[in-house]
Amino acid sequence: MSPISRRTMITRGLAAAAGLSGLAVAERIADRYGLVPPDHGGIYGAGETLTYATHRLLTRHSLAREFSRSQISNPPFANEIAPPSDQFTRLQADGFKDWRLAVEGLVAQPASLSLDEIRRFPARRQITEIACEEGWSYVAEWIGTPLVDVLRAAGIMPQARYVVYFSIQRSWWESIDMADALHPQTLLAYAMNDGDLPVGFGGPLRLRVPRQLGYKSVKFINRLAVTDSLKSFGKGLGSASPEGGYSWYAGI
Amino acid sequence: MPETAWNVDRLPAVAARADAPRHTALVRVTHWVTTVCFLALLVSGLEIVVSHPRFYWGESGNVLTPALFSLPIPSSRATVPTGYGYVLPDQNGWSRYLHFEAAWVLVLTGALYVIWGALSGHFRKHLLPDVSDRSMRSFSRELARHLRFARPVAADAWSYNLVQRLTYLLVIFVLFPLVIWTGLAMSPAFVSAVPATVTWLGGRQSARTLHFLVTVALVAFLVVHVAMVWFAGFRTRVMAMITGVSAPTGGPE
Repeated sequence: MSPISRRTMITRGLAAAAGLSGLAVAERIADRYGLVPPDHGGIYGAGETLTYATHRLLTRHSLAREFSRSQISNPPFANEIAPPSDQFTRLQADGFKDWRLAVEGLVAQPASLSLDEIRRFPARRQITEIACEEGWSYVAEWIGTPLVDVLRAAGIMPQARYVVYFSIQRSWWESIDMADALHPQTLLAYAMNDGDLPVGFGGPLRLRVPRQLGYKSVKFINRLAVTDSLKSFGKGLGSASPEGGYSWYAGI
Repeated sequence: MPETAWNVDRLPAVAARADAPRHTALVRVTHWVTTVCFLALLVSGLEIVVSHPRFYWGESGNVLTPALFSLPIPSSRATVPTGYGYVLPDQNGWSRYLHFEAAWVLVLTGALYVIWGALSGHFRKHLLPDVSDRSMRSFSRELARHLRFARPVAADAWSYNLVQRLTYLLVIFVLFPLVIWTGLAMSPAFVSAVPATVTWLGGRQSARTLHFLVTVALVAFLVVHVAMVWFAGFRTRVMAMITGVSAPTGGPE
């Protein structure tokens, strides 16, 4: 093997420096355009970022598949039913009339909405499939208020980048970017298959995010926070999922 | 080495390549990167399957619908009836992270290999059967040689035989594209942009079942591939795929 000449060394050094600064610039641009997921650290960060960035470039406005009435799964599968807390049981005993959805963060008018107030928005009905990361799935009709309508009514501020949403089960909270938050199929679902949303399926209120796997469709929603940064929520990884070892973005 | 063991058809190729590496650097690097990725995908994929070892056909399926078939293994979810009295620990978090990262590396490596293979003539020269071999007679003769477990001929150390070529072509251009396609068909976001990915397969659960079956075919290939390498001389063949240099004599062990 011949010794490396000074010229070769300088050329290689410059190429390496150009490559590294190119990567840094790419990361800046990707972050600016919202192509970097909050759980981008660690050994799986590269794969996560590639997946999320590709999906954002491909799917920003695409619609989840909708199905015909005949394809609705009968019966649907509720998965694990949450152990109802005392607080939940008390609200349930009153027919959820005291259930509130708090809308906070980067909105002009923070609000606390009752289920009736949410139902007063124009309803959207859609027959979509919910798929669990485990592999199973079912098709159901979901009826609810598009999240975008509630966010617009609260006066969402232009610097908003994510919507964080919380279940009454304190350990379950998630967040989505604005592409999903403003997406017409992202619903605050209060009904399913022509009845109220059963508790087993997340009633009285579940956020349905049909372009992502089931664990992003958090059950028993009672708080939304609009934010420009996920750093101050939990460990700053975006949601409870990465804290439990699961990816934040679940479009795959 | 008896003279008769040489396949005269392939002798000129042997002579011409006496000094050239058995495998080019690009083939060697992409081969091992693909190997590592495939094993990572296999282990993580099995972990994910364990959380729901039931398979369905059509659009949707869950424990309330009849299974097309199910694997007789315990599950990592209590909701799945398996007949075993215990539930395995949940490994899906890291398995999913690893599965998709390995998939990216494999797809990018595969793209590099396919583009290079097409431009460099690798596919044409080394994988497409020689014109003289494109007949059922050649194929049955070569297949019979494999089924008899005949000793490899010297030319096998320098070029791929007919059965080998057809198998590699099947793996590279049919099985890998199928496993990538059926995998993408399970992404709710991807299919929102390209619905045909899943509708052409007959639905989400069909895609999942096919993803599993194509994996079974790839594992069968892996087992036979390693067995054949073993049979042909494990050390020589593996060293050839690592260093590019085949046995000094140019023949098999």
